[in-house]
Amino acid sequence: MHEFIEAFKFIGRNGAVPGEPNLPSLAHLALETLKVGAIGVGISLVIALPVGVWLGHRHRGSFLAINLGNVGRALPSIVVLAIGDAFLGLGLTVVEVALVILAVPPIITNAYYAIDSVDPDLVDAARGMGMREREVLARVELPLAVPGVFAGIRTAAVFVISTTTIASLAGFSGSLGDVIANETSYHFSGVLGAAICVALLAFAAEGALALLQHILTPRGVRAGGRKRAEPTLGGLGASAAAQA
Amino acid sequence: MKLLAAAGPVIPEYAKHSVACVVHNHTFCWEWVTGNWAAVLWPALRQHIYLVLLAVSIGFALSMALALIAHRYRWFERPTILVTTFLYTIPSLALFELLVAPVGANLYAAEIALVSYTLLVLFRNILTGLRAVPGEVLDAADGMGMTRTQALLQVELPLALPAIIAGLRIAVVTTIALATIVYTIYDAGLGVPIHVALGEGPFKTELIAAGALTIGLAVLCDGALVLTQRALTPWLRARSQGG
Repeated sequence: MHEFIEAFKFIGRNGAVPGEPNLPSLAHLALETLKVGAIGVGISLVIALPVGVWLGHRHRGSFLAINLGNVGRALPSIVVLAIGDAFLGLGLTVVEVALVILAVPPIITNAYYAIDSVDPDLVDAARGMGMREREVLARVELPLAVPGVFAGIRTAAVFVISTTTIASLAGFSGSLGDVIANETSYHFSGVLGAAICVALLAFAAEGALALLQHILTPRGVRAGGRKRAEPTLGGLGASAAAQA
Repeated sequence: MKLLAAAGPVIPEYAKHSVACVVHNHTFCWEWVTGNWAAVLWPALRQHIYLVLLAVSIGFALSMALALIAHRYRWFERPTILVTTFLYTIPSLALFELLVAPVGANLYAAEIALVSYTLLVLFRNILTGLRAVPGEVLDAADGMGMTRTQALLQVELPLALPAIIAGLRIAVVTTIALATIVYTIYDAGLGVPIHVALGEGPFKTELIAAGALTIGLAVLCDGALVLTQRALTPWLRARSQGG
């Protein structure tokens, strides 16, 4: 318990360590972590959402969607980051590339399953009402697929925060992981304090996205959501993608 | 002083086995892999397999117990999902350090973290599999005079196997990837050579070798589980062949 008290004192001091005047503040590192992570998730969304949504809309490429999810899970972050470091040097760009490589698969896989599994009768009805393809997608499929699409984004976000901290182990500087990777300067109380902050950051990101999902989900889907069964195998596996 | 004078290089024979490829840190040196397989890579791989096997076995047993409870008592599902999702959300590096304080930097802390990441996937998949068994099938089992335990063991669990193995595949592959971070608190697994290689320059051959072993292990285990599922569920193949 003593260690946790010391860790909270470290957080209370905003990351200051007696005798180490040149260390960055905890708030600064937390913001940097968020910034690096947000850029990674942003780029991943731009790449992955159109692909996943389009494949799901066309009911094509299930092989790609499934296997991409599996490959994404099998890639350990530390390996991706370390190899990026070895060949290109671990600057912000290489970290972002690594984040995108790891965050794109869960977003594509979940978006694919969410759109692909929208009730075909509803889609037929929308076409029968005279909707164009784009309207079918924007006004029927996408609103109904919000929970599934967001499952992927939430997984990716947590995954990205996790990987951003791991990047410090591979020599990147500018995230809360710096504290965890530098026990010599920060002592164990600092490492533990930073770990607590990383966990809180992940919960905050998850919570914020859950809120956004709630706002974007149509009321009808929200009400029926509880009664409907959990997505099975494919979608389920995808939503619980890896985070190593 | 006498000691210094008598001593040769600080680390005797340090560069004896070094080939030009390693000295110049080329992309990949087979000589290094064959020369260090027995001393570096194989022990790390063996420890990695041990870490994963232990974590998935314990995680599976726990999840199975939780899923069976939730299968019988529906209210049990929501709290279990909440707790396991909570655990799953904590970033791996943070969870390892958070466990060091109460447990210590040892195998127990590593295993608790790895096990906690398997629970969500395994619990959800086992429960989904059990719930997907059609009511008529259970009625038939009942009509044949099976007890609840018999129906569970001989009807429900076999029919839930595809879902259970799908969960196991995700859990195994995820744990193999996660176990590379174990080195931060406990000196074992394929993370150790990755850490050493990062400190040395970074040394590309060792990074690629350890990374390839990790990914290769994941692919191999995934394939083995697919084959296991096929062997255990012959009726699915018969159905798909029959149209």
